[in-house]
Parts: sequence; structure tokens; C-alpha cells
Amino acid sequence: MKSFEYARAETRLDATTDARNGAAIIAGGTNLLDLMKLEVMTPQSIVDINRLDLGTIDVTEEGGLRIGALVTNSDLAGHSTVKRDYEVLSRALLAGASAQLRNKATTGGNLLQRTRCGYFYDTAMPCNKRAPGTGCQAKEGFNRSLAVLGTSEHCIASHPSDMAVAMMALNAIVEVEGHDGTSRQIALNDLYCLPGTTPDIETTLQPGDLITAVRLPKPVEASQIYRKVRDRSSYAFALVSIAALVKVEDGKISTAALAFGGLAPKPWRNSEIEAELMGKAPSNALFDRAADILLTDAQGYGENDFKIPLARRTLKAVLSTLTEVSQ
Amino acid sequence: MTLKTPLHVNGEERMLVADSRTSLLDALRHHLGLTGTKKGCDHGQCGACTVIVNGRRINSCLTLACMHDGDEITTIEGLGTPEAMSALQSAFVRHDGFQCGYCTAGQICSATAMLEEAKAGWPSNVSETLEGDVTLSDSEISERMSGNLCRCSAYPGIVNAIREAAEGEHDEKL
Repeated sequence: MKSFEYARAETRLDATTDARNGAAIIAGGTNLLDLMKLEVMTPQSIVDINRLDLGTIDVTEEGGLRIGALVTNSDLAGHSTVKRDYEVLSRALLAGASAQLRNKATTGGNLLQRTRCGYFYDTAMPCNKRAPGTGCQAKEGFNRSLAVLGTSEHCIASHPSDMAVAMMALNAIVEVEGHDGTSRQIALNDLYCLPGTTPDIETTLQPGDLITAVRLPKPVEASQIYRKVRDRSSYAFALVSIAALVKVEDGKISTAALAFGGLAPKPWRNSEIEAELMGKAPSNALFDRAADILLTDAQGYGENDFKIPLARRTLKAVLSTLTEVSQ
Repeated sequence: MTLKTPLHVNGEERMLVADSRTSLLDALRHHLGLTGTKKGCDHGQCGACTVIVNGRRINSCLTLACMHDGDEITTIEGLGTPEAMSALQSAFVRHDGFQCGYCTAGQICSATAMLEEAKAGWPSNVSETLEGDVTLSDSEISERMSGNLCRCSAYPGIVNAIREAAEGEHDEKL
């Protein structure tokens, strides 16, 4: 690991000032320290935000939840309101990582975790995300776990989070404080960038920005599922995952919110799928059309070709379960 | 950058003087002489370095020692001694919950905290419902311990030991 200066933030301003001057913000540290050990990330200074007052979960005026950025994945998964009203989020968190990691990993850090693409992690390899301009070896290489949607010729990395997929389906909003002390809100979908020609730029955050909380709108009355398909039954990243909230009234779908993990460089949501489902009677043919919309632009790169039919089958299975249509 | 960090480990106050890069794991092993905690992968994947901080099990390899002043840290040395083993330690011996023993300190620290999580009603990925009391079936134990790998694959003994400790908790003095 490269040497770095360590500072502990006593105030949010300490954190945003240090971050603006190039410090890496450390909270749980489970991903940052891993990457620093491998020298994939080499910050000259880090600022520790763990003593800031960002660790509470509060009910908002609109009847939703405000989740502090330092709330651990364990505490969020086990929170009574989350378990009752946002089951898909509890389930996504419990499907991710191990108990030890969930005890350290935070809400803000989970959103910002980096891809687990093997080329990004291997400093002996070219990687446009880690070292812009060096090329993407993953396209013709080991890409079993990588993306089939939203990729570019420069990068096919997939986003690893489960939590963020559930939050995407729940229309989460990220609360950010800038270095000038102003607070702003970003829809989670707008936090992430697609790789395009600049895969090293992953979010719309600016230097000096600090995620302070994630806000969830008031709960939606719907059946909720987080379905994760992976190589092992525990402690593995998603090959395909789906967070879904669906309600059927009078034989027709009246609520549909779907987000996808393991398939794209960001938690993936496509409102056209939901528009197709809304107001229709659930059927296998309808679910196939939903999968057609999801996968229209899907592109496999060899090892990960299987994700395309797997995403279709997983989506159909999830929709069948939630609408009680037998396949 | 060298930092001075007071650490509370197993009920004792210890002063750490170390480079900012020092992980909690290396601080325990190399600076404080507490070599019971083991380094496996050093990347949070194997669980051999599991210790308990403020009642929560964590991977000590993925956290900096300088971040832990004021925290209560418990390592395997703080759970029991050969003469006075904890319920889990003696259960691991009785059930052959190991072969080479390298992962055992991490397994036992992890299981110690896991039993508290279960008592507090924390659900897991295999729990049918998110609410209510937790019954530690074999699949619940396996899921909750999935962050601790055993290269010798002593898993049946590990699960038996944990089940016995969970069931015998009321009879056996910790």
C-alpha cells in the first residue's frame, strides 16, 4: 500500500474540504482498503468520516425514510421499518457480501463501491477505468461476471451492488453536501454515469462532495422480491439480480417497479418495461414482451453471453411469482 | 505517517504506535503480540481475521488500526483460555470443528457474535420471514457463517459445534 496522510473529520466541512483537496473519503473502508492494498487506488490522503453524525434512520415528513450515509448494511437490513415496508431492500442487503462485511459497509460507501472486473483489479493489465487510454482487455477476455447492457467499446464493467438495485426500484434519492456547505438531492438513477468514452468517471459527484443520506419515498403498496442468481448460494456477486415491486388489482398490473443488477455498469432501470406491464393482465406472453424490451440492446462478449437468456428467465420467474401466473 | 492510537483490546488499554497503513489485523499480530487472529487472504474474503469490535464481528484486515481508538476490541485471546474455554471453543474441540486450525480463531470469533445477532432477531438471506425469533437451523448457521472459509472443509463439525453452543447456551456457563 502507498503511504497516505490520515485525518479524522470532526465536521462535515472537514470532510468536504479534505475531499476537495484530493483526499479519499473512508467510511467502512471494506472496498477502499482492498483497492489500496492492490494499489488500484493510491490516495495521498484519506479522511475518516466515521465520527460524523450520519448514522441514523429517520422518518421523513413525506412518510418515507432518510437513511444516514454511515448506517451500516447490517443495521439497515435489520431496521424494523425497512423490514416491514421496504422488504426488497432488506432482502437485497442480506443477499450481499458476508455478515462481517455488512457490519462495516455503509449506505454511502455501498453506493460508491467499484466494479469487481478482474482487469480493473489487476494493475499489470490494461483497463480504461483504472488507467484511461490503456484499453479494455475484458471484452475479449474473462468477462463472465461483466455487463451486457449499457456497455461501450471502452468498458464492460458491471456494478456490483445489491443494495443499490433495490434502492433504484424504490426511487431512492441521494442527499449530497458540497464543499461550499450546500446540500442537494440527486435521483439515484442520475448518480451513475454510463462508461461511454470515459469509464473512469463513474458518478456525477464532484470533488468535495459527501453523500450524507439516502432518502426513500413513502412505501409503495405492492409485493416485493429481490431475486439474485449467482454461482454460489451465499457470499457471491450477482450474475443477474432483480428488485421488483408489483401489484395486481382486478386482474391487471397496477404497480410495477423493476431494477436489475449484474447486467450493467449501473443499477439498471428501464421505464419502458414498466410502461409495457402497467394496466395489462399478467401472462407469459406479456412477461416475454417485458424481457424483449429489457434485452433489445443487450450485447454479450463471449463468456457472459449466458446472462442474456438468464435475465429473461429470471425476469419471467420474478413476474410469475409476484402475479401468481404459472409458467 | 506515524500515528499513536490507544486501543482497548480484550479489556486492556494498549498504546499502538504505527504507520497509518497498519490494518487492525497487523496491529494485533505484529505490534500487540496477539497472534491468535490469523491472516488468510488479507482482502476480506476468507474471514480468518475476524474479530469483534463493539460487539460486531468484522474483518480486521479491511480496517485501519488508527480508526479504532475508543472501540472495544475482542480477539480469540479474549474469549477464553485453554484452561477455561468458552462454550463455543469447547464445542469446536468436541465436534472436531477444524483440521489444520488456521481458520478456527476467525470461525469462533465470528460464531460468538453470530449467536448474539441471532438472539437479537437479525434475519438472514435464508430466513423465510424477516420478523420474529430466529431458529438456528443448519442452513441458517451455514448462511450466517458464509464469511468464514475452511480450506480443510471441516464444515460439518463447525456447524455441529455452533448448533450445540446455540442450544446449550442456557445450561453452559460462557
